[in-house]
Amino acid sequence: MTILKLILRWIAHPGDFALDTARPFLHQLLVTRLGLPELAFTVVCMLIIGVIMLTFVSLSAFWLIYMERKVCAYFQQRVGPNRVGPFGLLQTIADALKLMQKEDLIPAKADRPIFLIAPVLAMTATFMVLAVIPFDKNLIVTDLNIGVLYITAVSGLGVLSILMAGWASANKYPLLGGMRSAAHIISYVLSPALPVLSVVLFTGTLSTQKIVEAQAGGWNLLAMGPMGVVAALVFLTASTAEINRAPFDLPEAESELTAGFSTEYSGMRFSMFYLAEFINMFIVSAMFAVLFLGGWQPLVIHLPLVHLTLGPWGGFLPGWAWFLAKTYAVIFVLMWFRWTFPRVRVDQLMKLEWKILLPISFANLALVAVMVALSMPKA
Amino acid sequence: MEEMQPLNTKPSPDTSLKTEEYFINMGPQHPSTHGVLRLVMKLDGETVLEVKPVMGYIHRSMEKMAERDVYAQIIHLTDRQDYLSAMLTNWCFCLAAEKLSNIQVPERAEYIRVIIGELNRLSSHLLWYGAYGMDLGAVTAFFWGFREREDIVDLFETVCGQRLTYNYMRIGGLAHDITEDFVPRVKGICEMLKPRIDEYESLLTKNIIFLERTQGIGVLSAEKAVSYGTGGPVLRGSGVKFDLRRDDPYSIYDRFQFDVPTGSRGDCLDRYKVRMEEMRQSIRIIEQAIDQIPEGPILGKVPRVLRPPVGEVYSRLETARGDMGVYLVSDGGTKPTRCKFRTACFSNLSCVPEISVGWKVADVVSILGSVDIVVPDIDR
Repeated sequence: MTILKLILRWIAHPGDFALDTARPFLHQLLVTRLGLPELAFTVVCMLIIGVIMLTFVSLSAFWLIYMERKVCAYFQQRVGPNRVGPFGLLQTIADALKLMQKEDLIPAKADRPIFLIAPVLAMTATFMVLAVIPFDKNLIVTDLNIGVLYITAVSGLGVLSILMAGWASANKYPLLGGMRSAAHIISYVLSPALPVLSVVLFTGTLSTQKIVEAQAGGWNLLAMGPMGVVAALVFLTASTAEINRAPFDLPEAESELTAGFSTEYSGMRFSMFYLAEFINMFIVSAMFAVLFLGGWQPLVIHLPLVHLTLGPWGGFLPGWAWFLAKTYAVIFVLMWFRWTFPRVRVDQLMKLEWKILLPISFANLALVAVMVALSMPKA
Repeated sequence: MEEMQPLNTKPSPDTSLKTEEYFINMGPQHPSTHGVLRLVMKLDGETVLEVKPVMGYIHRSMEKMAERDVYAQIIHLTDRQDYLSAMLTNWCFCLAAEKLSNIQVPERAEYIRVIIGELNRLSSHLLWYGAYGMDLGAVTAFFWGFREREDIVDLFETVCGQRLTYNYMRIGGLAHDITEDFVPRVKGICEMLKPRIDEYESLLTKNIIFLERTQGIGVLSAEKAVSYGTGGPVLRGSGVKFDLRRDDPYSIYDRFQFDVPTGSRGDCLDRYKVRMEEMRQSIRIIEQAIDQIPEGPILGKVPRVLRPPVGEVYSRLETARGDMGVYLVSDGGTKPTRCKFRTACFSNLSCVPEISVGWKVADVVSILGSVDIVVPDIDR
């Protein structure tokens, strides 16, 4: 019975398990018993975490691709994949296997090194962001004290890979896609960052974990008043654009640029771009959940008139389940966008950024600053 | 080819950076040219400076083939022109042949032709709706359009055994009589379509991104529309109230009440709206005709071997894409000495180079989609 209870507790709090049980055990095994240096222990820890993250990310990308296909199918009155495995769950794996068998083509005139690096960079950039996403209390790869800044910085790299792919392919269609993403980089780093900044102002910390903890009494979305809603909407719009998802999927715009920047890629290299795209969607949604929906905190609605908490019932679901539920809700919204909206034009995208989103988020940031200043205790 | 000449380079005025114009081939294999059409585009960045359609990738010399065949054999050639409204192209050729040899079409066949023709216009517009949505990146529209088109195509299958190239019209009437369940099924389709068309509008028409992508884009003035010889929704979208069904009624179209929708500005949005309204008008025509189908034969008195008298004839008909004409010359033999097809898409395409200049690459896709071309209809 005690073992069962223990396992249940580990499932509920995998972070605690990792810190309280696994880590000391490993430390004892490697350092005390085998007499290895402290460095080896650190390296082994990093390797294990890395493998776990890679597995998690690959699996969730597979799941997301399946989910996207199902959601899109139901939007379009179809059934979606239902042949491979139960409910078509193995369809993505079958597709991945197919992609692996494809010939790895590199155009003769391509800029080889850049062409080869681009998909790797796309994957790397997305993996790097995951390091600071808090999945649960204690369940975070590294709780950087400048986590939010780190995310903003690293996520820009992903767009760079598109630019590189577009340039290196030596084909005019990918080049057009690359040009579009260059315009993207310049514009769309700013407006996802400003709503984040207003959250940082409000919670007073740059650490993602602390931002979640600060929302124990109410989600930022509501706690910040109307400014929270505005910031959330701007963040959602701008980050959809930043990860090139429809209706802002200009660099790959199928009906205009055939497959855009990834036209010349095939096989595994193509699937790396594809995978990165889906992980990016996960990251953006996770960021939204962390910044505005209280991350792994249970449901708390705190408004001037209404106060609703689940109280002890909040602990019924483990923190990571809350986090994933919120993230997937946002992912669903992103899919909803994609399958109902037409695509915007490249200059309209720029207009949206510079004339609408940016002024709004600046004004919003100023309002949040005023609000925070007013509510500060007098020093 | 002249477009393969060295690129013109021009120094940009305010910086020392040199920018170059460049050419890009859109097609022959491209998702948005709806077939094997090639557009050679001269671009400055993303701005289109020049568009040159290159045609002929699926030219099959149908006019020459028509001179080889007897009249009845030409009907199936017309299937392969505007394959999305093949009933109407069939019909257009039959009209010409009937006029040439003075054949009376029985009343029952006329009614069925009108109903089938309007259904075909509906199915063609439904497909266009889907394809246009996809051109603009709204993939869901594509499946919605196909969903309803399926019912119409199924109905055609029970009537003539085919889903795309029907070969259903005959000189003097029809190939087969309608089945017993035809009338209730047509009524069912009309009832089903009315709310569905509103649903389509709710998906695209009021969407702000859709409006941004279509409003004011690719404006074709009424004079230009006429001078390019465009027809159908492209012409009417520019505000010219001209519909052969109303202005030069063939068959029995003078017996039905329907409106001819027109646009005011001639942009992509107007062409879109005209087609959406045309679908409603087609349903109106079908509803008027469906209860009046008289009993009787479906094929008029046509000689076994058709030898039209010496002479020439031109007949035209409003297909889903515009004004289609067939010019027939007979020397009294079993085969025409000349058979000229004037197809709507060829004329409609001719306005694309002019209205695309100055817009972005994405707008060319939007314009091409709103003009609604079918490539075999251009090349023949």
